[in-house]
Parts: sequence; C-alpha cells; structure tokens
Amino acid sequence: MNKTINQKAWLFVIPVFILVAFNAVVPLMTVVNYAFQETFGNNVFTWEGTRWFKQILRSERFHAALGRQFLFTGIILAIQIPLGIAIALTMPKKGIGVPVCLVLMSMPLLIPWNVVGAMWNIFALPEIGFLGHTLNDMGFDYNFTQQIGDAWFTTILMDVWHWTSLVVLLSYAGLRSIQPAYYQAAEIDGASRWAVFRHIELPKMKKVLTIAILLRFMDSFMIYTEPFVLTGGGPGNATAFLSIDLVKMALGQFDLGPAAAMSLIYFFIVLLVCWVFYNLMMRNEVQS
Amino acid sequence: MSKITLDNLSHSYLDKQNSNADWALRDINLDWQDGGAYALLGPSGCGKTTLLNIISGLLNPTKGKVLFDDKEVTSQTPVERNIAQIFQFPVIYDTMTVYENLAFPLKNRGMSDGEVDSRVKEIAEMLELTKTLNNRASGLTADGKQKISLGRGLARSNVNVIMFDEPLTVIDPHLKWVLRSKLKELHQKINRTMIYVTHDQTEALTFADQVVVMHEGQVVQTGTPVELFEKPKHTFVGHFIGSPGMNIIPCQLDNGIAAIDGVKVSVSSQIKKSNFSKTEIGIRPEFVSFSKEGLPVKVLKVSNTGRHKIIDTECKSGKIKVLSHSSKNIPSGSAFLSFDQKYTYAYGDNWIIE
Repeated sequence: MNKTINQKAWLFVIPVFILVAFNAVVPLMTVVNYAFQETFGNNVFTWEGTRWFKQILRSERFHAALGRQFLFTGIILAIQIPLGIAIALTMPKKGIGVPVCLVLMSMPLLIPWNVVGAMWNIFALPEIGFLGHTLNDMGFDYNFTQQIGDAWFTTILMDVWHWTSLVVLLSYAGLRSIQPAYYQAAEIDGASRWAVFRHIELPKMKKVLTIAILLRFMDSFMIYTEPFVLTGGGPGNATAFLSIDLVKMALGQFDLGPAAAMSLIYFFIVLLVCWVFYNLMMRNEVQS
Repeated sequence: MSKITLDNLSHSYLDKQNSNADWALRDINLDWQDGGAYALLGPSGCGKTTLLNIISGLLNPTKGKVLFDDKEVTSQTPVERNIAQIFQFPVIYDTMTVYENLAFPLKNRGMSDGEVDSRVKEIAEMLELTKTLNNRASGLTADGKQKISLGRGLARSNVNVIMFDEPLTVIDPHLKWVLRSKLKELHQKINRTMIYVTHDQTEALTFADQVVVMHEGQVVQTGTPVELFEKPKHTFVGHFIGSPGMNIIPCQLDNGIAAIDGVKVSVSSQIKKSNFSKTEIGIRPEFVSFSKEGLPVKVLKVSNTGRHKIIDTECKSGKIKVLSHSSKNIPSGSAFLSFDQKYTYAYGDNWIIE
C-alpha cells in the first residue's frame, strides 16, 4: 500500500508543538543554557562547560540532600504501600460502607499542598497544636521545630496522612476487578488466607501497584511545598530535601549555574529510577 | 465417595421473596448416585450455577438441606466437604509454574512431596501437560489455562464429587471434543461422581448417563438422554432438547379425549384429569408423518438439511414441524398429518398428563 504524502498535515501538529515548546522545551532549554554558562546579569554569558556539573556532583551539600531525599522516599514508600494495601483489603466490598469509605479516603487528596503543610504545622506546634501539646502532655519531649527526629517524624506522618489514600484507592480498584471465581477456586483448593493474598490478590494488583509506587516515588522525590511550609527545611538542613535545597541555591543564593546543573541531575535521577523500576516490574508481562 | 442428596432446597439472592421469580432455585429434591456421570442442563440464568455452588458449599441455601451419604453438610465449607469444582473461566495462579498449580491443592492438604510429585505427573500425563510442566502458567493460552484448572480439579483422588461449571466455554471447538471425550474416559477410569453444568444439549447428552434439566429455578426432568428425548415430562424439555424441538400445539380436552382443530388425537397414556388452564399436545417432528387422513394442514416451507427434510406446516391451532427422510416425496399445498401414538403426549399447564 502506498502512503499518501500530504505536507499540509504538519499544520495540525503546530498548535501542539507551540504548546509543548512553551510549557516544556523552552523552560528546559533555558535551564540547560544556565547549566553550561556563567552570567552576572545584563544577558552576558560566559561558557563554563561541565564545571557546574562537576561542582554539584562533588559537593557534600548535594550528597547530603540526595541522601536525605532517598531516605525520606524510602521510608514513606515502605510505610504507604503496605499500609495502603492493608487498608484496601479491609475496606467493605458492598453496601453503604463503600461510598462512605471512598469519600473519606479521597479527602486528604483534595486538600491543596500548602494547606496540608500549614495544617500540620499548626497541628504539631508543641505549645498550641493538638498533636504537639498532647504528645508533650503524655511525657514525650516533642518539638519538631528544634529536634531533628521530631521534624522527620512529623514530615513523614504528614506525607503518610496525605498520600496513603492514593495507594488505597488504586489497590481497592485492583482488588475489586478480581473475578469471584478466583476466590472460589482458592477456597476449593484449600488455600490459606495468606496464599490467597500471595498468589491471587498480589499478582492481580501488580499493575496498579506499579503505578502507585511510580506515582508515590516521583511525588515524594520531588516533594517541596509541604515540608517547606511545615519545617522550612529545618531544623538546620535536617529536612532540606532536594527541591528545598535547589530553591535555596537558585533563589536564595542566586547561584543560577550550579542550580541549573543540579536541576538536570535531579531530573535524570527521577527519570532513571522510574525507567529501571518500570522495566523490572513489567519484565514478565510482555509475553502474556 | 458418597451419594449426594438435595432435600427441599430453595435459594434466593434477595432478602425478601414476594413471588416465584424472586427465587433462584425452588424446591429442589434430587439424589445423585455415587459414581454417576450427571449433566445439569438448562439455559443461562436457570439456576444451574447456583445449584452447583450450593452443592460445593460456596453458597448457603436459603432453605433446605444438602446431605452427603445421608449426613448433613449444609453448613460445611468446601474444604470440609472435600469436593472439586472447575469454573467457566480458567482460574490459574499466575505466580506459579504449571507444576506448582497442579500441586497446590495437594500441598494445601498436607500431602508429602513424593506423593504430590507422582500425582502431578500422572495428571499432567493425562491432560498432555507434561512438556509445559515447568513453564510459568501465566504465559499459556486460554485452553492451556483451562487444562490446568481441570488438572487442579482432578488432582485429588479422594474427592466426593467433581463439578464442572461450563468448563469448555473458552476452549476451541476441535479441542472441546477432545477434552470432552477425555472427561468421559476419565469418569470411566476413576469412577467418581461427576456433575457437568452446561447449556449445550450435545455436551450434556454425550457426557452424561443422567441429565437433569432445569428451567426457571426448578428441576423439570431427570432422566437418560433417551428418556428426555422420547418422553419429555415438561414442554420446556420438549423444546430444549432435540433439533428441531418438540411441536407443542394447543388442544381441547373433553372426557379424556384430546383434539386439535376438532380432530381427535390419540395420546400414549390415558388422560384422567382435565382441569387445566392450558392444555397442549406435544409430538416430536420425528414422529409426525404425512398420510391420507388425519389433521388437515397447509405445507409452508421445506428445508433440506442433507439426510433429512424439515417441513413447516400449519394447522388452525398452530405450526407443526415434520422431519422426514429426504428421499421421501413431500406433498405441497394441503395435506394430512398423522401422529405416532406412542410418542404423542398431552400436557396440562406445561406438565405431562399421565
């Protein structure tokens, strides 16, 4: 079959091209521009090659922020994924409980991020916040504005509160799509509850869980607003995750070159981890 | 190994039942003899699967009892009842290999590794799965997967009954035939009670010694394929079994004498009762023939199926199909029909009058 050649078709692509150019390519190329050059304003640039990249990759400050970031993401994934699955498993499957649970579960997801930060800030204040005050009354020496452990504890608790629902909703959807015959067959085969989970529920949830993990990885790895409002990255730099550190460097210190280089490195790390993870999870799916 | 008795069984999926239509199953009384090959035949939605799930223990009946060897098991779980069931769509454990799938029900019951191994190999041999034993089960085709489901159902040798819920729905036609003969052969070999649910009469009649026909939640007739064909107890059985189905023609009933369009029709048994709201004559097309005198009809259409001719005729009360050998000459226009008395039955309110 011969393809019809029609160069006018390009006209239809132009609107999308312009849109993508302005919201992605142009800003990204600006960052690339800054990453390889030095400027002192007035639109005067000097070529610096890979200097900023080397500087960032060797900087202890970057290593520390990256370490904190991986630790944070690791902890929240380790909590949210199992917790989300567990909640989804115990949610009702029919009756009035279903919409009630679904609405309640969706609530945290609907709150704007800076509001979540502000809420938890007030909630956790040691003197007046409900959480902070109660913990201190119970005899814990709790102060998230001054103690590193408390700051981490509060940030993680806030993220778990905010985002576990997403994992719950995805897992619940996955669970609901399993045919009743699977459970019936397992019952007849004499499978234990654990075997049902391990051999039916978990494999059937694999795809939604892959998406849940990817989304939670990306979002938590790029987290900015909530910890910024809650702790501002402190005490000291204890909760200064990559984004917070990046903004400090770019807007606080106005080190545009290194900040641009850091942005690109940051971007490639997210991309690489997602790619590796997705391919690992989907490795066996292609054949079937 | 045991006899299964269903005692006055009724089931409804609703909390309250106002009419007969709210019941999925109504007043089922059945005995399944030990070692029999049964088919449960009926159209979609007639309650076949519900009945099966009650026997296996996946469902608790609203009313009535299930007995295995005269011991009540109504409240027992499927594991306690020790039964096997194979479902319409293949159920396999994706994370396991074919071998592990077949071994799963055996291991769950604490069988030793050696026993499991020999049993799995035996089943695999029987279903021609030996070559794929170490493959992952998730990569197989639909019929490969269904073979595994069958294998898991057959793996345990001491089950009370093996139940098949339309197991060949997803299988290719040519494999259907192979697997069905295999099941039949298997039944003769292992001599277990088997219940085979289907809406396909060919499947039911070729598999089973006894066919249980269901209609709107009730069992309308139980019998051998020949009995169902020659003497349907309910007009539904007449319609559903046979191709084309039985002719059911409205008739008049006076003092034990049946008549269509005022022409007397002799039926096989004496008619004693006559207080019905609806009376009909049932005769299979195979037992209707053209003759010099009898019921006057108009010949509408003749279709030739090769070995037979199916002739559509019409009398005043309704249409009548005639099946005739294709070498015979068929009258056109007006004709007379005669019925073979031995296979002519009168039905009152859809049930046979005897």
